[in-house]
Amino acid sequence: MDPFGTLAATVVPLRLANVDTDQLQPGRFLRKPRSDGYDNYLFHDLRRNEDGSMREDFPLNQPQYQSAEILVADRNFGGGSSREGAVYALADAGFRCVIAASFGDIFRSNCAKNGVLPVELPIEAIERIWEMAEADPSAPLTVDLATQTVRLANDPETFGFEIDPFVKECLMEGKDDIDLTLAHSETLSTFERSYGQDFPWLTPTG
Amino acid sequence: MTEQLTLFEKIWRAHTVTARDDGQTLLWIDRHLCHEGSFHAFEKLAMSGRKVRRPDLTFSIADHYVPTRNREVGPDEPEIATMIRLLDEHSRTNGIRQFGLGDPEQGIVHVVGPELGLTQPGIMLVCGDSHTSTHGAFGALAFGIGASEVSHVLATQTLWQKRPRTMRITVDGQLGPHVTAKDLILSVIARIGADGAAGHVIEYAGEAIRGLSMEARMTVCNMSIEAGGRAGMIAPDDTTISWLKGRRYMPKGDDWEAAVAFWRGLKTDEGAVFDREVRLHADEIAPTVTWGTSPEHALPVTAAVPDPSGEANEGRRTTFEKAVDYMGLTPGAPLDGLRVDRVFIGSCTNARIEDLRAAAAILKDRSTKVPTMIVPGSTMVKRQAEQEGLDRIFTGAGAEWLESGCSMCAATNGDMVPPGERCASTTNRNFRGRQGPGSRTHLMSPAMAAAAAVTGTITDVRKLAEG
Repeated sequence: MDPFGTLAATVVPLRLANVDTDQLQPGRFLRKPRSDGYDNYLFHDLRRNEDGSMREDFPLNQPQYQSAEILVADRNFGGGSSREGAVYALADAGFRCVIAASFGDIFRSNCAKNGVLPVELPIEAIERIWEMAEADPSAPLTVDLATQTVRLANDPETFGFEIDPFVKECLMEGKDDIDLTLAHSETLSTFERSYGQDFPWLTPTG
Repeated sequence: MTEQLTLFEKIWRAHTVTARDDGQTLLWIDRHLCHEGSFHAFEKLAMSGRKVRRPDLTFSIADHYVPTRNREVGPDEPEIATMIRLLDEHSRTNGIRQFGLGDPEQGIVHVVGPELGLTQPGIMLVCGDSHTSTHGAFGALAFGIGASEVSHVLATQTLWQKRPRTMRITVDGQLGPHVTAKDLILSVIARIGADGAAGHVIEYAGEAIRGLSMEARMTVCNMSIEAGGRAGMIAPDDTTISWLKGRRYMPKGDDWEAAVAFWRGLKTDEGAVFDREVRLHADEIAPTVTWGTSPEHALPVTAAVPDPSGEANEGRRTTFEKAVDYMGLTPGAPLDGLRVDRVFIGSCTNARIEDLRAAAAILKDRSTKVPTMIVPGSTMVKRQAEQEGLDRIFTGAGAEWLESGCSMCAATNGDMVPPGERCASTTNRNFRGRQGPGSRTHLMSPAMAAAAAVTGTITDVRKLAEG
């Protein structure tokens, strides 16, 4: 996983609330191997008309947003199913950061495991970013993980965001959390032994 | 003075292996359930050269991709066959007990886990599926995780988590006739929103919750995720203990006695503080249906389709307009009487024996007007329903009685609602396209879905049941 430092990139504005993970990757593509490139499935149904042609009014289809690496949406982004494919689809399409007014918990956690930074901002800040990206699609947004700030182009104001320190560390260092856990091997083995003694009925014997 | 703890806090503490200064906690996992969708995680594990640390605590069950019309995957579905074969291979390679396609105990993972007694009070249980919150009905801390976390659990039998906030939802009084757990949880979601419990673990309490059977409690906890909750839980009581007794993986003899003694202490202490409290009265809850494309778009069946132009908030107005348009609805039209094209009774939310009995009570001596699929939650539920003669009521009414699996809820096995069709469904998600591209889903209880099957329209079940 690539470490995440500062990202200065353009934005695709998605003025939608409740974008669930079924929209990010419809269920019928969950069986596909990752090697297919999950970007093919990103918003597969939302971005198409009934006849299968691409919708011109869907921001991700518009030429001015093709190089965007930051997606900015309304509240409850990534709710629903735990499918990590929803994040693979974003990552494979080149997104490094998703900004929303609120997130589904499992999606948020899946993002961080794949080097995609989830940033929660108040809706007022999101409105400002949408307006910027709609007025000038080439205007960059700067997301700095170290200082936990988001800065708009040509705007003196910066917006701070909260992130769990552990998630921040994993993202900034591109760490695999299994390695991190295995550093606690001894503590874990001790726990496992005493736990097994305290709760003997939890070892399955069916 | 002793510390006053919530049920959640007691379980969290007992499972803490180590905690960092920043609050991140490494938690021990008692049970890990896998399904066909876990293939990404198994591949990740194999690539890293790691092994499953505790295969004896890991169980795999085929549910998302299994065919429901028979137990053979057709030659025209090679990708589905691969998904089922991969689970089989990964289970064998890693020494994991599997309940695969054709196993007499196969079924939906969240139905089978409790049935087999793999789910127990006080445990931490995870699965790569968001509806893992179901198992909280037994007083377990259970939640869905992504593929990376599944591979972490496989490798270490632990998981890093930040301590969530706590929310107590108290439902006073008793549910009225023909008002069910599904109506209760849809009403909760409508009240607090689809992200209302984000970052929280919910504990359900109050007289109405205590009065629910285990099946009904599972329906409530199952849809905690639809309110954004990390997990939902209900403290174990006599109902829980008598439901679990004698199940395959339950402790036996002295172990059983010790376990029960421990479970009796698994409740929130008087005076313990929650980060948020929500209170409802059961009297306020009517048979409920969803009209839109989020579970928060739920209303009593006696209500009308909302008029988006009446919404003052612009974001909300846009969302409502899109939902009304996608669902093909007329603002202001009554929900009761809205024509449906088909009915689906199934899923980890509502396909247990009680759900099937409730549907059968409505379908008995009546005929379905629209295509109706009934998919039992597990193969054991199927057998029990057949012993009770429910299958004959269903087929006699013209419904299809099928094999167990996720079927038309996840719509990953090929069972789909055709584009533009409206489906009365006992499932958990009415998202755009959830039941197939262009599908229109209305969530409701099994009795309400059966009433819709009989009339071909969304119908207040109380009229049929009492008429």
